Amino acid sequence: MATHTTNTKPQLTLPVTERDHIQGPATAPVTLVEYGDYQCPYCLQAYPIMIDIQEHMGDRMRLVFRNFPLTTLHSHAQHAAEAAEAAGAQGKFWEMHDYLFEHQDHLDDAALLRYAAEIGLDVERFSRDLKEHKFAARVKEDFQSGIRSGVNGTPTFFINGVRHDGAWDLETLTAAILAAAEHP
Amino acid sequence: MPGRTFGEISAKPMGVLSAGMRAPQFALNSTPDQKVSLNDFRGRPVILAFYPADWSPVCGDQMALYNEILPEFQRFNAELIGISVDGIWCHLAFAHDRKLRFPLLADFEPKGAVASAYGAYRAPEGTTERALFVIDGDGIIRWSYLSPVGINPGAEGILRALEELDQTQTTQDTQKEHRHGDAHDEHQASTDPAGH
Repeated sequence: MATHTTNTKPQLTLPVTERDHIQGPATAPVTLVEYGDYQCPYCLQAYPIMIDIQEHMGDRMRLVFRNFPLTTLHSHAQHAAEAAEAAGAQGKFWEMHDYLFEHQDHLDDAALLRYAAEIGLDVERFSRDLKEHKFAARVKEDFQSGIRSGVNGTPTFFINGVRHDGAWDLETLTAAILAAAEHP
Repeated sequence: MPGRTFGEISAKPMGVLSAGMRAPQFALNSTPDQKVSLNDFRGRPVILAFYPADWSPVCGDQMALYNEILPEFQRFNAELIGISVDGIWCHLAFAHDRKLRFPLLADFEPKGAVASAYGAYRAPEGTTERALFVIDGDGIIRWSYLSPVGINPGAEGILRALEELDQTQTTQDTQKEHRHGDAHDEHQASTDPAGH
């Protein structure tokens, strides 16, 4: 055991693999992992920033989203996370991910079912998956991996596996990502 | 232990107490009429989380994060305690708002005395540092960490320390069985409140 007064930045303990929801090519020099919560207002703030950064980086970056629902603060966060995973099982994770952020004010169970229909999911299957909490374990796995990787709130970003501390406005985050792209 | 001065408050922090040192005793209010002392948790690991102030303006700030992962700490039978210089009424409102399920102690009078004893007081700002301590059941600091004040350190270091503590505890327990009851540690803890 030791006293640590200096710090190397925390690193992602669960590597990005096929288990993850990924946008962008595997050959991209930068991987940006976001741990987020669909009911968190700061994650909502980050959502358009992610889109801008993806546009700016193009094929040079891939984006990964992992669940970190703060269930004590956000009563719908857990179900929303499970809903996104259930949509993912039907090949529409990102559609649901976007839809949830765009409708953050209404994330109760009835709304989730409505959104499933609106993005064209098999609603019966989706509803069953939610009711049976089929993806609760998956959400928990994301959450645990976040804790062990040094996630310290939502959103938390990792650039090429290293936690990004400090501001995550478009300018700052883009600069950090470009720096990683030059020295991957 | 209010009223007692713990060491000198220096303008420049000298660094937090480190592993192997005895954890300074304290008794601070957790509610207007209830005090919590380190001794209350003898025999169990204690996580002391000093943080600069209630009401930091982010979701899932440090205390809310720890609240969320409380079950992970409880797997090690560990008690989590938050400490800042905020007054008890401020703590109560903050804990209520964030639905915190662990005590927040007010290091309020004399201001920052306990934080100073742990080397975790920022005199120029008049707040505690963002510092973490994992203390074993015998009152010995087993891990400590001073975070840059603006950076929430998360929980991974605490969990790693608790895991290591758990492992060494198992080994020590086996050794103790061979040595037979040694009350020395117990005596020292109760008569050495400042840890010197």
